[in-house]
Amino acid sequence: MTDTAPAAITTRDLRKTYRSARGDVEAVRGVDLNVPSGEFFGLLGPNGAGKSTTIGMLTTLVAPTGGTALVAGHDVAKDPVGVKRRIGVVTQTNTLDMQLTVAENLEFRSRFFGLSAGQARKRAAQLIDAFGLGDRRKAMATQLSGGQARRLMIARALVHKPEVLFLDEPTAALDPQTRVNLWNILQVLHDQGQTVLLTTHYMEEAEELCDRIAVVDHGTVLAEGTVDELKQDAGAETVVTVRFEEQIKPDFPERMGLTARSSVSSAETDGDQIRVFSSEPEGLLGDLVEMGTREGLHVRDATQTKPSLETVFLALTGREYRE
Amino acid sequence: MATVTTPGQKAGGAPGGERIATASIAALINDAIVPKPSLRKTFAAMMAREFRVLARNAITTFVRSVMQPFLFVFVFAYVLPKIGGGMMVAGGSGGHGAPGGGVNFATILVPGLMASMLLMQGIMGTTMPLVMEFGYQRTIEDRALAPVPLGLLGIQKILAGAVQSFIGALIVFPIVLLVHAPGQAPHVDVTNWAVFAVVMVFGSTMTSSLGMLLGTLLDPRKMQVLFAVVLLPLTMLGCVYYPWSALSAIKWLQIVTLVNPMVYMAEGLRAVLTPSMHHMPLWAVFLALIGGTLLFGTLGIRTFRNRVVN
Ligand SMILES: Nc1ncnc2c1ncn2[C@@H]1O[C@H](COP(=O)(O)OP(=O)(O)OP(=O)(O)O)[C@@H](O)[C@H]1O
Ligand SMILES: [Mg+2]
Repeated sequence: MTDTAPAAITTRDLRKTYRSARGDVEAVRGVDLNVPSGEFFGLLGPNGAGKSTTIGMLTTLVAPTGGTALVAGHDVAKDPVGVKRRIGVVTQTNTLDMQLTVAENLEFRSRFFGLSAGQARKRAAQLIDAFGLGDRRKAMATQLSGGQARRLMIARALVHKPEVLFLDEPTAALDPQTRVNLWNILQVLHDQGQTVLLTTHYMEEAEELCDRIAVVDHGTVLAEGTVDELKQDAGAETVVTVRFEEQIKPDFPERMGLTARSSVSSAETDGDQIRVFSSEPEGLLGDLVEMGTREGLHVRDATQTKPSLETVFLALTGREYRE
Repeated sequence: MATVTTPGQKAGGAPGGERIATASIAALINDAIVPKPSLRKTFAAMMAREFRVLARNAITTFVRSVMQPFLFVFVFAYVLPKIGGGMMVAGGSGGHGAPGGGVNFATILVPGLMASMLLMQGIMGTTMPLVMEFGYQRTIEDRALAPVPLGLLGIQKILAGAVQSFIGALIVFPIVLLVHAPGQAPHVDVTNWAVFAVVMVFGSTMTSSLGMLLGTLLDPRKMQVLFAVVLLPLTMLGCVYYPWSALSAIKWLQIVTLVNPMVYMAEGLRAVLTPSMHHMPLWAVFLALIGGTLLFGTLGIRTFRNRVVN
């Protein structure tokens, strides 16, 4: 820990293997994270990457099978209560108390954290107001729309002014407008100094919100850094993809001299498509189309993806980033 | 660490919908009371939540706790005596463990029925909420994130169930006093309040501890099993309709039923409510109820913790 800022989250070789009669699943295989106080940190990865398991361990709901994790200075395994006092958690599934109303969900959570009944009512009113849930305050938690439920869950995670806020895919399954709304809320919270750890499988979400990102897949961190750093290291490249009507021969890039070009870092074929990574993509698309025509191939469609987390992911994993 | 890319540009213009009041969101962080949780405060708040939910479901809770004793009493203390079910009266058979003559069936039924309600409500009040909360959405995580050890949350769940069990059993009293055929009123009297309190308190904690164990062990999709394999046999073979001593006619059954927690509640209540009837020695009753609470409670809280934490 060379950082001078106090660490909000530190993990060392954190591991989780789910054991069951049907076989073991190594969900997290040695994760090292260091999130300073005040940072907005993102875990970006596809389904099954181990994001929820990692959040689960950091929030004491999943028992690690190896390594250590400190959250707000407390060890998740040795002092779970110390951790729980200092964190707010928005789980991936809707874990609102379905037996209670919107207001009661906030009031009781406040009281669980030691506020008096009167203070809890005030805090709930403040949260309801800030999250625009005023007209739903008396509704049962079961009666909320997806976006409203999500906002209530975030509100509920904030009742006690947590040191670290955990959000597990908070915008999954929300419409684009609701998503942007939530982003704004999170942005404001962050601007006030709130430390946040967020998981997502949306590239643009990580890019929009996070100071720093760890790209995870198969339970390991593939790369970590600021968005800019990641792009620099792994994906400061445009990916040009051309799909043809016909199958492409695997030696196509070689024969066409693509791999020999200095601006092209790699070119790969995949059935009917070819994908070329390049730092100078100007004219590349046209060249590819022309090369295809020479081979007697017919272009079906073509895309050019600018440097982004999407291309980073592609470069890191060799796989397209699908949700 | 650099403070990179905080693209506020897009953040400004949320299209339509609910406008985000930036200032009020910011105030959430800045105007927050820093809470000072304590185990006692959190525990009390969790109990308060439990009673809020019960109060909300007051009508269904009430119907659930009244229907069963009402129907039992109606059939056994009203319908059967009316249609000449004299042979039903256990006192008439003269088996050697049988109660002294002159005890009507309503009298025998009261302790048994109360025991049955202790079990039913204890399990309903503990197992059912747990099954729901451990369901697909795992709403238990709401409570699991409260700043207390999970064991305390488990104890709170057991206590909440025990309160329902306790009240459920007491409801039997007014019902038996009101519903019966003429001349078939039960003769019940609390002869020893201290013993009564111990039996009621540990009877209800034992059943809700058992409810905790079942609710955390059973697969939610197999809840019917609970009724077929647990509640029905325990009730039918729980000395509800006859005192345990009467089973001496079927020695093997008398021994087998000793594993049924229900028996000790029924016998304990018999000892205080209808002392003229034969009943088990009190030490055996206390040992079973207190021991059962500790055993089921310990196991139940352990399985509860394992279910909450993956
Ligand atoms: N309770 C569990 N028991 C067994 N295996 C599990 C359990 N929870 C998760 N897994 C497995 O662990 C791996 C990681 O799952 P996890 O939920 O952490 O991924 P994730 O990154 O959150 O995915 P998603 O984007 O779908 O939410 C998956 O292979 C999953 O099947
Ligand atoms: Mg997940």
